[in-house]
Amino acid sequence: MRIKAKIMDRTATFLLTAIAVLIIGVLFALLGFLLTQGWHKLNFDFLTSPPSIAEAGGGIGPQLFNSFYLLVLTMLIALPIGLGAGIYMAEYAPDNRFTRFIRLSIEVLSSLPSIVIGLFGLLVFVTMTGWGYSILSGALALTVFNLPLLVRITEDALRNVPPSQKEASLALGISKWRTITSVLLPAALPGIITGTILASGRVFGEAAALLFTAGMTSPDLVFHDFSLNSPTSPLNPMRPAETLAVHIWKVNSEGLTPDARDVADGAAAILVIAVLAFNLGARWFGTWLYRKITSGTQR
Amino acid sequence: MTVNIQQAQDTVIKTSDLSVFYGQKQALNSVNMEIERHAVTAFIGPSGCGKSTFLRSLNRMNELIPNCRVTGSIQIDGIEVNSDAIPIEGLRQTVGMVFQRANPFFKSIFENIAFAPRFHGVKNKADLEELVEKSLRKAALWDEVKDRLHESALALSGGQQQRLCIARTIAMQPSILLLDEPASALDPISTMKIEELVVELKQEYTIVIVTHNLHQAARISDHTAFFLMGELIEKAPTSQLFTSPQDKRTEDYISGKFG
Repeated sequence: MRIKAKIMDRTATFLLTAIAVLIIGVLFALLGFLLTQGWHKLNFDFLTSPPSIAEAGGGIGPQLFNSFYLLVLTMLIALPIGLGAGIYMAEYAPDNRFTRFIRLSIEVLSSLPSIVIGLFGLLVFVTMTGWGYSILSGALALTVFNLPLLVRITEDALRNVPPSQKEASLALGISKWRTITSVLLPAALPGIITGTILASGRVFGEAAALLFTAGMTSPDLVFHDFSLNSPTSPLNPMRPAETLAVHIWKVNSEGLTPDARDVADGAAAILVIAVLAFNLGARWFGTWLYRKITSGTQR
Repeated sequence: MTVNIQQAQDTVIKTSDLSVFYGQKQALNSVNMEIERHAVTAFIGPSGCGKSTFLRSLNRMNELIPNCRVTGSIQIDGIEVNSDAIPIEGLRQTVGMVFQRANPFFKSIFENIAFAPRFHGVKNKADLEELVEKSLRKAALWDEVKDRLHESALALSGGQQQRLCIARTIAMQPSILLLDEPASALDPISTMKIEELVVELKQEYTIVIVTHNLHQAARISDHTAFFLMGELIEKAPTSQLFTSPQDKRTEDYISGKFG
């Protein structure tokens, strides 16, 4: 009997280790392939010059900028809503039918395929508003796409703060709101920030939700033009903006330049590096912030 | 001074018919008790006897528990506090509480103490610094932490953290301190420090302490109340309760027959 258990134990350990190794192997193979394929394109010129339509040698400058700008705009809209909803769900929502319905809605929203959100965005943020393909439409579509995740992140981070913290604060006669802002949120901040950076990585790499909202073209940006309403200004939120992920899709499927494959490889490498940086950065920053907050060296 | 002696005799907390229900379950059954000013009152009794529940109704912490209902009257200095008309922030400032497990905020030592006074209206930086020092001195912690006030409170030892929690409560300038088994998670030396502190603090505060440790109750309290199954069986001066209890059940409990 004991020998049998031992064999089972060994087998299970072996199998689970094998699965873990397999996952890591796939990850490294994928990363290695993308990076070696795109490595030779990674130079300053490729990262800053605009793409060309027919001849070789175009870059991904505007697309790279668009990706970051869209990310910032999306987070500017989504974060306050996500934080507010997360705080409500964690601290205020009573356990009743209404809040169970909200929770269900959030789950449904988070499981919607992003192409469907893109089509919804096309209908509401592009057509009904009359804005056309624009960064703002794209940002709103990505907000819809990301909101469930942000609500979940905030709610979980707040719930993971030990209840004794809340009890301590309330027992000192601190009001509920002040307890949330001064005790619970700071303690939850590392979790919220880590989660937000991970969500940012998702936004950065998203393509399907943007095809019909931020559009598949980008004007030739004039990077010293900062007026918000000029069509070639990089900051104009009402201009169409093809992002890096969308660009990869487009170049691969309908690129006319002879080096279309190279451009797609380079762009994919950049995208992967950026998403990787978001993930590792989230880890590092979360740990750093947690240490900073718990050691309380503010002032 | 005569006023103080006068006050030392009188009652600060008076409950009548105080009952607490968790949903359908009655945790405390119609307790009538008077608690003397500037004295240490210890609550003893087996687990689940209602002593912590009683303690937590005095600063209305039971309200945090869903489906918890508190009926009856709690008068503090003649004012009925078991009523929505009393602002809960003010009540909890007057009736401070320290928990079984030290629960310092994830903040610096200084911020742990300054947080509540700042909320309750002490804004001036010099005043706050003075208050922090005074509170830490009263909690017998100042000498150990004065050089690292801005380091994390989580780096302190368990016993130091518990004294920090006491300092944090004192800093609100309460008149009553509720201690819910404050030493049960600590080593003997830290426990001794907390006990010395409690005896020291009763000069200025009315102290109510829940304890599992009968010796602790005997060592530090002036009055002891024995709870059993949600009822107050007996409350008497500590020496009297331990030497000549009036109720058979009290005698059985303190002589170790059950519990």
